Amino acid sequence: MQVTMTVNGSAVTADVEPRLLLVHFLRDHLGLTGTHWGCDTSNCGTCVVWLEGEPVKSCTVLTLMAEGRAVRTVEDLEQDGRLDPIQEGFVQEHGLQCGFCTPGMMMACRALLDRNPDPSEDEIRLAISGQICRCTGYENIVRATRWAAEHEASTSEPENEPELAPEEVTA
Amino acid sequence: MTAVESPADPVGFGRMLRKEDARFVRGQGNYVDDIVLPGMLHGAILRSTYAHARIRSIDTSAAEAHPKVKAVITGATLETLGLAWAPSLSHDVIAILATDKVRYQGQEVAFVVAEDRYSARDALELIEVDYEPLPAVIDARKALDPDAPVIRDDVEGRTDNHIFDWEAGDRAATDAVFARADVVVTQDVLYPRVHPAPMETCGQIADMDKVTGKLTLYCTTQAPHAHRTVYALVAGLPEHQIRVVSPDIGGGFGNKVGIYPGYVLTVVGSIVTGKPVKWMEDRSENLMSTSFARDYHMRGEIAATRDGKILGLRVKTLADHGAFNNTAQPTKYPAGFFHIFTGSYDLEAAHCEVTGVYTNKAPGGVAYACSFRITEAAFVVERMVDCLAGELGMDPAELRLRNLIRPEQFPYMAKTGWEYDSGDYPRALRLAMEMAGYEQLRAEQAEKRARGELMGIGISFFTEGVGAGPRKHMDILGLGMADGADVRVHPTGKAVVRISVQSQGQGHETTFAQIVAQELGIPVADIDVVHGDTDNTPFGLGTYGSRSTPVSGAAVAVATRRVRDKAKLVAAAMLEVSPDDLEWDHGKWFVRGDPSTAKTIAEIALASHGPLELPEGVEGHLDGSAVYNPPNLTYPFGAYIAVVDVDPDTGQVKVRRFIAVDDCGPRINPMIVEGQVHGGLADGVGMALMQVMAFDEAGNHLGASFMDYLLPTSVECPSWELGETVTPSPHHPLGVKGVGESATVGSPAAIVNAVLDAIQVRHADMPLTSAQVWRAMQGRPFRTDLAIE
Repeated sequence: MQVTMTVNGSAVTADVEPRLLLVHFLRDHLGLTGTHWGCDTSNCGTCVVWLEGEPVKSCTVLTLMAEGRAVRTVEDLEQDGRLDPIQEGFVQEHGLQCGFCTPGMMMACRALLDRNPDPSEDEIRLAISGQICRCTGYENIVRATRWAAEHEASTSEPENEPELAPEEVTA
Repeated sequence: MTAVESPADPVGFGRMLRKEDARFVRGQGNYVDDIVLPGMLHGAILRSTYAHARIRSIDTSAAEAHPKVKAVITGATLETLGLAWAPSLSHDVIAILATDKVRYQGQEVAFVVAEDRYSARDALELIEVDYEPLPAVIDARKALDPDAPVIRDDVEGRTDNHIFDWEAGDRAATDAVFARADVVVTQDVLYPRVHPAPMETCGQIADMDKVTGKLTLYCTTQAPHAHRTVYALVAGLPEHQIRVVSPDIGGGFGNKVGIYPGYVLTVVGSIVTGKPVKWMEDRSENLMSTSFARDYHMRGEIAATRDGKILGLRVKTLADHGAFNNTAQPTKYPAGFFHIFTGSYDLEAAHCEVTGVYTNKAPGGVAYACSFRITEAAFVVERMVDCLAGELGMDPAELRLRNLIRPEQFPYMAKTGWEYDSGDYPRALRLAMEMAGYEQLRAEQAEKRARGELMGIGISFFTEGVGAGPRKHMDILGLGMADGADVRVHPTGKAVVRISVQSQGQGHETTFAQIVAQELGIPVADIDVVHGDTDNTPFGLGTYGSRSTPVSGAAVAVATRRVRDKAKLVAAAMLEVSPDDLEWDHGKWFVRGDPSTAKTIAEIALASHGPLELPEGVEGHLDGSAVYNPPNLTYPFGAYIAVVDVDPDTGQVKVRRFIAVDDCGPRINPMIVEGQVHGGLADGVGMALMQVMAFDEAGNHLGASFMDYLLPTSVECPSWELGETVTPSPHHPLGVKGVGESATVGSPAAIVNAVLDAIQVRHADMPLTSAQVWRAMQGRPFRTDLAIE
C-alpha cells in the first residue's frame, strides 16, 4: 500500500506492506538507523520517535498509521550543524554509555522539555519511566536533561564537538 | 606511581568528555543491525516450543516453497556438514540445530534464509515439527534424583544429569574451626537465574566471499579475537581468512561473549546461498536462549565466636548449568572464581563444594557482570555475615569492622588461594557509614519501628578479583588470557593505538587514548583508538570480567612506555647527548639541568621517520608493542549501604538511598568510572527486587519478554551517592584495578540485607517483589525460581 508522510521535514512516499512497523520503515526503508529496536513489546523505548510532536514507540506503530502525519527522529535534533541542548546535555553529563537507548531517551527528554522547560528530577524520571537503559542507572540521563533545561537559551556553537580538555583531575 | 599527574596536566587522566559521544548523540552509531551489505539476505530461527522432547520429524517443504525463501537449514543439513554439534566453552558440546531432541524451550531447531526479515519470519510458520514431549528436569534440586529424566543421552553411556564436582579450600581445617565455634549459622541462599538483557540483542552478518575464500563476520561480540580463533579451531576455517568485526555494541554485560548457534547459522547460510546473511535475534530469543547468569543454589554456614570473631565459612552449591555446559570460565575453574567466597574477611578456614547439573533450561552461565561467579560469592558471604549479626545480636557494621582484612595484612593470602593485592577495607566502610549518616539512620529506624513503619539499612562489603588473568593458570578453551597492544606515533606526532578489547559502552576510545596521552604527552584528541576488528588489532581475549583496563590497559601502558624509551634514544641522537643525560617531562625529553634543550614527542616522531642517523640498534619510526600477561588479578573492593522503606500493607520496597564507596585504584576517567558504577547499582536494584527467570513444571520460560522479565527503570532507582578511596594495585603498571562489574557484584546484597532488616526476617530469596516480601513477613517466603509451591 502507498503511504505518504513527512519525515524530519521531508515528504516521503513509499509502497509498503500493511503490517510494516514504523521502526522498520524508518530503519530499513529510509536508512534512518538512529532509531533502534530493542524489545517487540513496547517496554524498552529504544524506538521512540515523534509522531505529530508526541513521543511514540515506533515498534508499536504501523507505518500506515503515520499516513499524512509528521515523524521526527533523532537525526533531526541537530539543526544547521548545531546540536540540540539535549544532545549537548547527554555529552556534558555522560548521559550515555553504549548509546543504544540514547536516541529514544533524547527524543523523550526533548519532548518533556518542550512542554515543561524546567522539570524537576522526579518529573524527568517519570518522563523516561517507559524506557530502559542498562548502562547509566538513569542518574546521568536526569542530569543531562537538567543540563539541557539550564542551557536552552544559549544555542550551541556550529559543529560543536565535545570539548576534550579535562575539566578536573582527581588525584 | 606514574598514574596520577598534577591537576595542571593538560593531557592524561582526569574527567574528560567522551570522544565516541559525537556519533552516538547524532544517531550515527554503527551497530550490527545498522549494517546493510549488497545482496544481503535475512535469517530467522525456528525454536523449540518444548523444554524436552524428541524430534520425530521436521517438514520444511512448505517453507522452502515460499517465494522469498532462499534456504532452509535443519540439524540434518548440518549433520552432513559435520556442524550439527560444536564444542562448548566448558569441554562439553552444544547443538547448533537440534537433531535428536530439544533440551530447552527456545532451543534452535531450524534456520530460514529469505530475502527480507518479515519473509524469513513468515516461513518459520510453515515448518512442521513433530515432537514427542518428554518429562522435563526443571528443579535443579531434583536433577540428580535417581528417577530424573536423562537430558544428555546424546553422550554415550550417560545415565544421569551430573556435570562436575569441584571444591576449594581446606575441608579438614574448616571442620576443625566449626567444631570449636561458639556459634554456627546455616542458611540456604538462592541466587536465581537472571539475564543480562543488553538493550541491543545478539546478532551477526556473515559474508563469505567465494572468490577469495575470506569470511567476514560483523558480530555483536565482546571478544572478536576469541571468536575468530574458535571458528578456526572448531570449523577448520583458516584463521587468516576470517575477519571478525565488532562494531558499536549496544551493551554486553557478559551476554555477548560466547558463540551462539545463530552466529554459526549465518555462516552456514552465507556459504549455502553465496550471499551475506544477517540474523538479529528478537528479545524473546535473547532472553530464552542466550547466556543466562547465576542459578546458584547455595547452603552457607558461618562459624564464629560469641563475641563476633568469624572463624570459618563453608558453602555447598548446586549449580544449574542448563542443558549444555557452556559456561565461559577459565578451564581450571568450573565454578569460575566462586571460591573467592570468603569475601573481605580475615578468617581461619574455608571450604566450598560446587556440583554442576544439567536441567532443561538454556545453557550459559558466565554472563551478567559477574567477574566469573564472584557475584554469587559476594552475595552469599554478605548474606551469611548479616545472618550471623542477627544471631549474635550485633550491628552488622560493627561485625564487619571487627572482621575485615586489615590494611597491614596486604598482600593477603585468602584461605581458598587468592592473593589480594592491596586494600584498606575499614577506611572504605567508615567512609560509606559517614556518608550515609549511619548512626542517625539507625536512630531514625528505631523511631519508625516504634510507629510501625518499616525502614531497613543494609550493608555489603565486597572484594572482586578481576583482570583475568595469569597465563599459567587461566585460559579459555586453551587460549591464555594475555592481551596485546600496538602504539604508533605518526610522523606529525599524532598517534594510533590498537587494542585487543572491544567496547560495549565502556568508553574505550576515550579511556585508552587517555592512557597513551598520560604516558606520551600527546593530546587525547590526537590519538586514534582502533578496536573491534581482528584484521586491524593485536590478539587478545576481549572485554569481560572487568579485564579491559587491568589487562589491555596495562598492555597499552607497557607498549607506550616502550615508545617513550625509543623516543629517548632518538632524542639523544637529535640532541647529540647520551640518553643517560635525558629526563622525561610531559611529552618531551630534555637535557638534565637544561630544560630548554629538549625535543617534544612530535619532533622526535618526525625525526624518527626522517634522515636522522639513528643510534645503533634503533630502527626507524616511532612505535611500540606489548603483550601483557597479568602477574595476578587485581582486587577492587567497595562498601555499599542501602536504605529502604517497605510498605507494611503491601510489601512494596522503595530504595530511598544508596551509598556506594568504590576503590578501583586510580581513576583514569572518573566520569566514566562513576557512570559504570551507576549502571551496576541499577543492576543491583533489578536483581534484588525485580529480575528473575522462573519456569513452570513443563519448562515454560516465564520471563521471556520485557513484559515478564522486569528491568529497573528510572523510577525504581534512587539518585546514587558515590564515594571513593584510592588504593593502587602494586603490580599493575598504572595501579588501576577495573571497575565495570563492581557495583553489580556488590549492590544486590546491600539491598536484600536492607529489606530483610526492615521486615526483621532472617532470609528470603531474591527477587524481593512485593509478593515475596509480603510472604516473608508472614513467615512463608517462596521459591522464586519455580512457578510451583
